[in-house]
Amino acid sequence: MTTSTEALPSAHMAKRRDSFIELNGRERAITFFDPDSWRELLGPFDRIESPWLLPQNVTPQSDDGCIVLKGKIDGISTVVISMEPAFQGGSLGEVSGAKICAALDLACRDTENGIRTNAVLLLETGGVRLTEANLGLAAVAEIIASLLSLRKVSPIVCLSAGTVGCFGGMSLVAALSSYMVMTTEGRLGLNGPEVIEQEHGVEEFDSKDRTLIWAIDGGEQRYATGLADVLVKDDVGEIRQAVRSLLKAGVPSVYRSEQVDLYRKRIAALDPAYQWNPEDLRKTWHRENTK
Amino acid sequence: MEILNFKFSAKNKGKAKGRAHVGVVGSGDLEVLLEPLDASSAQVRIRTSVPGFSEQWKAVLDRFFMKYDGAVAIEINDAGATPGVVSLRLAQAVEASEQ
Repeated sequence: MTTSTEALPSAHMAKRRDSFIELNGRERAITFFDPDSWRELLGPFDRIESPWLLPQNVTPQSDDGCIVLKGKIDGISTVVISMEPAFQGGSLGEVSGAKICAALDLACRDTENGIRTNAVLLLETGGVRLTEANLGLAAVAEIIASLLSLRKVSPIVCLSAGTVGCFGGMSLVAALSSYMVMTTEGRLGLNGPEVIEQEHGVEEFDSKDRTLIWAIDGGEQRYATGLADVLVKDDVGEIRQAVRSLLKAGVPSVYRSEQVDLYRKRIAALDPAYQWNPEDLRKTWHRENTK
Repeated sequence: MEILNFKFSAKNKGKAKGRAHVGVVGSGDLEVLLEPLDASSAQVRIRTSVPGFSEQWKAVLDRFFMKYDGAVAIEINDAGATPGVVSLRLAQAVEASEQ
């Protein structure tokens, strides 16, 4: 046993990657803020939990799986909204939906009153919670309305770090945001692989085939085809830096969701008789052609 | 779903300096909310998705309160955690409440 660090092999001296994915929803949100600048809104001890889960024999969580932190990033007021990936697959219910909506609305009001407030959404979510289906769907509509008001005045950065990914109604929220950041472990898609397999059979989409799924929904492919703005490693520092740069860039001049012609042309360019694979699609829908 | 309530004698009112929240209601895990209580007892409420294990819960809590004498209210939201995980989360909550 030695106490001298010099005696350690050099591999131990190399900078270790600081995994973001291994953090829970609250820990993830905290990584973005200037030190000691944040506070939690409607935290666990406010006990605003879902009233719909207990009657269906599902244990509720005290924050309904949605963590809202308000603080400063590079000195600018920012709200970070984080979906807890481990609770009900990061799903969106009535309460979590209302929390997101209210947070975006307050950010919008503050910005319009001269206190510029940005938003960061950590979307580890399978979409609407099936145990609160209709209320969750209504919540998606409300979140989108709030997001469209806020994005005019402040940048909204979405992140899919993994490994749940961002699916269902919440993928619409991601697509309408100002910027989308992904890691190679992150995923983005409207219908999740299990839903497609359930509806169209395993020969259409095998939800157990991880290579296939990540080749289609994964961060690398989404970035290569211009559907994500930044691709980063699963590293707290890298992710934080990417989000900070985008917040600094401000409101974008053109939103992805406004480029209707571009995406119509993209669909028109695909011959449905041909079995497209991810590499072909990457060439046809190259991100350079989105500018 | 099962809701369980337990009470333990616990005299130490100043033991927990503040409230603490640890864990997540994810598969095999649990969430613990711990708050100081102005009483000479400790209360525990458990909501678990796995019914039929009240004896095991009592055994884990008996063991915990053999060493811990803080007058606290503990709420547990459980998604099928094993006794080992429960004990670790309780210890983590206690540590967080004493900081």
